[in-house]
Amino acid sequence: MKRVFFLLPLLLFAVVAAYFYWGLDPERDPNAIPVQMVDKPIPDFELPPVEGAGVPGLSRTRLSDAPDTDAQVRLVNVFASWCVPCRAEHPILTRLAERDDVVLYGVNYKDNPADAVDWLEKLGNPYTAIGSDPKGTGAIAWGIRGVPETFIIDSDGRIRHHHIGPIHATDVDSTILPMIEELSR
Amino acid sequence: MTRVATMLSGLLLLAMSTAGAWAVEPDEILDDPALEQRAREISKNIRCVVCQNESIDTSNADLAKDMRVLIRERIQAGDSNAEVKAYLVERYGDYVLLKPPVRPATYLLWFGPLAVLLLGAAGVAVYFRRRPSFSEASSAAAPLTSEEEKRLHELLDDPNEADARHIRKPDAET
Repeated sequence: MKRVFFLLPLLLFAVVAAYFYWGLDPERDPNAIPVQMVDKPIPDFELPPVEGAGVPGLSRTRLSDAPDTDAQVRLVNVFASWCVPCRAEHPILTRLAERDDVVLYGVNYKDNPADAVDWLEKLGNPYTAIGSDPKGTGAIAWGIRGVPETFIIDSDGRIRHHHIGPIHATDVDSTILPMIEELSR
Repeated sequence: MTRVATMLSGLLLLAMSTAGAWAVEPDEILDDPALEQRAREISKNIRCVVCQNESIDTSNADLAKDMRVLIRERIQAGDSNAEVKAYLVERYGDYVLLKPPVRPATYLLWFGPLAVLLLGAAGVAVYFRRRPSFSEASSAAAPLTSEEEKRLHELLDDPNEADARHIRKPDAET
């Protein structure tokens, strides 16, 4: 029995060391907020169109029925004309939207409609429909924390991926494209 | 004198108005004080997800303001406090709550300190049960030999020897 007590400090050390090893892992981001929306259905929301953009507004029914397309994969991108990273990811989204199996929708977050239209005219409009969200309530319904954020939704209307921040070319290759290919199969 | 009193009361009012510094802006506040009170109570326990470890009640972040407005909208629409919280938890996870819920995944967090306390108490109990008690220790000590007894009496009886400075160790004598 006494022998066991001699092992206690060693055991304690092993537990603490394992905890530190986990904590020091450079791959771990202590600021990462756990993603919550994956595997959930499309949230209940309804946003009017952006005035002058020439595309319809966005709502849950529009997203789940997707009357404008027979693409298997739906992307929902939250963007704003004042958001610099959105500008950076715009060409990447445009290229994704050109695919036959992808349809891209937008949520225009806390933007001035005139600025948004100006932005879309300058850079091109890859969005099939855009919901205007001047107060940010639609964004909270989606559980977003800022712009840009992007969701991948399957043909059953389930959220399959939640990308926080701008989509880089490396993200397209590592997560976005494999996910799209899996869903459109 | 009255001017001083006015100034003092003005300062007092100012101090009172800033006492509970919060970020709620006047245009957000609901007309119904009871509903506003509920909104404030919920806000105090909702974490601002873009600032970390600050409640949306005290945060000036845009998203915190949007959440405060949303909470008030939902309260006015007739949601209970629990329903409002559930709405946010569904979208932002338990992370959005400043007080984590009690569930199997958080048992270690909630009951870990108690387990450590019990473990420590068990350790102390074992320590004290193993250590011989005071009375046992004294009775177990060997009785004085006749020589020691004699020396003890000498020390007690002889006033010269009683001074501590003159006591020599018994083995130093031999």
